[in-house]
Amino acid sequence: MIDVNRDGEVWVFAEQEDGRLSDVPLELLGKAQELAGRLGVLVGAVLLGEKVAPLARILTAHGADKVYLVEDPVLAHYQATSYSHVICRLIEQHKPQICLYGATPLGRDLAPTIASAMRCGLTADCTDLQIGDHKIARTGEVHEKLMFQIRPAFGGNIIATIVNFDRWPQMATVREGVMRMPEPEEDRQGEVVESAADLGDLGLPLKLIETHRREKKVNLKAARIIVAGGAGVGSRENFQQIWNLANCLGAAVGGSRAAVDLGYVDHDHQIGQTGTTVRPALYIACGLSGAVQHRAGMAESAKILAINTDRDAPILSIAHYGIIGDLNEVIPKMIKTIRRGAAAGVEN
Amino acid sequence: MAINYVVCVKQVPDTKRITGEAMKEDGTVNRAALPAVFNPEDLNALEAALDVRDRCGGTVTVVTMGPPSACEVLRTSLCLGADRAILLTDRKAAASDTLATSYILSCAVRKLSADMVFCGRQAIDGDTAQVGPQLAEKLSMPLVTYVEELMDVTDAGFRARRNVGNGWEVVECRLPALLTVMDTANTPRPPAGRRIMKYKKARSAMEVAAEVDQADPDATDADKAVETEKRIDALRQRGLLIEQWNLAEIGADLSWCGRDGSPTKVHRIQAVVLAGGEYHELPPTDEGVAELIGELIQDHTIG
Repeated sequence: MIDVNRDGEVWVFAEQEDGRLSDVPLELLGKAQELAGRLGVLVGAVLLGEKVAPLARILTAHGADKVYLVEDPVLAHYQATSYSHVICRLIEQHKPQICLYGATPLGRDLAPTIASAMRCGLTADCTDLQIGDHKIARTGEVHEKLMFQIRPAFGGNIIATIVNFDRWPQMATVREGVMRMPEPEEDRQGEVVESAADLGDLGLPLKLIETHRREKKVNLKAARIIVAGGAGVGSRENFQQIWNLANCLGAAVGGSRAAVDLGYVDHDHQIGQTGTTVRPALYIACGLSGAVQHRAGMAESAKILAINTDRDAPILSIAHYGIIGDLNEVIPKMIKTIRRGAAAGVEN
Repeated sequence: MAINYVVCVKQVPDTKRITGEAMKEDGTVNRAALPAVFNPEDLNALEAALDVRDRCGGTVTVVTMGPPSACEVLRTSLCLGADRAILLTDRKAAASDTLATSYILSCAVRKLSADMVFCGRQAIDGDTAQVGPQLAEKLSMPLVTYVEELMDVTDAGFRARRNVGNGWEVVECRLPALLTVMDTANTPRPPAGRRIMKYKKARSAMEVAAEVDQADPDATDADKAVETEKRIDALRQRGLLIEQWNLAEIGADLSWCGRDGSPTKVHRIQAVVLAGGEYHELPPTDEGVAELIGELIQDHTIG
């Protein structure tokens, strides 16, 4: 735990694997710039690994004013013990007021370990971060310019805003795709602050025996059109309709958490607070009620079309187009119409 | 081998079946208004522990922190095969965030001298996945998250296959250690009929006192105390007593528990408001679909 430090920087943990940065720290740098702007402080990126110095330039281009670089062969592979040890020391030394982490498997392993060691707060899977004042109702005491950590909670029935006003740093994890990645500015200048890992006799408890990586099968973030299905699709067989429509439109296939849990579609396709966040030109939600966690991952789509048998489904209240009907009847009609349109286009 | 396995489980509101009054005015969860279930991935954690015990020997102790009603998940654990069940319950533990919760659990786990601690990856009420890693840090134990398969367990260490999102890896780890278990790790066993018949009668001291009070509300306090003690003794002898620990009994520092021990505070709770834009409804007919596709082609959204 560090004391409240109003001059503290806004930090982003620069997750990398084998010398390649993930998207999420770059996305977070955009948000960090915004928060730091409100607070009048600098943005720092924390970069650990072996031979990762060239990545500092990318972090600077995306908004880091300082890059805290720690290189050591021992940091080549992530371990909670070594990474948290190094980062806790950096936090104690430089006293940032905010630390942000990607809510990746690694980030969700590291951030709570650091929070426990620092005895500070941590909010998981935030869908928004803002700066604001917090008043304690009981005493009337006001804490100014805190980081509001905003997330759906409790099965998506509520949106909770969490603050941490005394035991700093204020820490949060954010899913990939939630924040917009800033355009890199190649000539942006930044400072690299190098330090040694200095792990002393800290033993590494885990020995890596074997590793196997697989590429994600779908790239939802890059898709211009997404056709997504929810629990209302009813079966894995019916989900074929979603694939058919997607094929016809050259679109990517998405699913709600319920559809993934029911086994209709693979986890790589999950959209929402605990899946991928997307902003396509067109989002077609089929048999998908639209719980707030799902909407958190797609509400910024330019156009939303909802096909649902339930007129009261929440998805309809954010949709631009709605068809109240059975997707098993509506989708084949759509495919037929689109094909006819394409054929007509060729004739013309 | 006498490996001491401790499984941390949680009773959670069934977030798939939420009704009104889910939240109190102070922003904390109104558990009374909700159906409560065994957190799904904690069942996978328990199954992993039971499976290793069945193969390698040792004892499985299940610990839960919660109100007296959380005994339900402990009874289920006993029915599934746990050797011992402990309820951590104390009013001063109320309103704990993940940091305070992991601190309280760490005091209990330390008292149990655990060799292997199992947690579910995350609980469905918060989805934070923070308590496992925080508990490992508090116990200074190696942390092995997202375990899908457990191999070569000895009293010195084990190997585990971890799901790291974009693939998997196998790691080797010494004991003691803490593992968080994924839902893909196993299929929890059904409870054995024989164990159900026996352990459905398991009770905590608080539950016994409530039952005694209900049986004869007009009895004097002294008589109730005598009867309660008698029943508790009988349960203990038959191995049916769910142990109950409070914060003093686990030596917890109160400044790290409950609201005071929780750095995160609720600033605001908002009901979900939907921001509606321009909305155009079309009928599910050929004409409706044609009009829709026409509009989308017109403004170059598709085509």
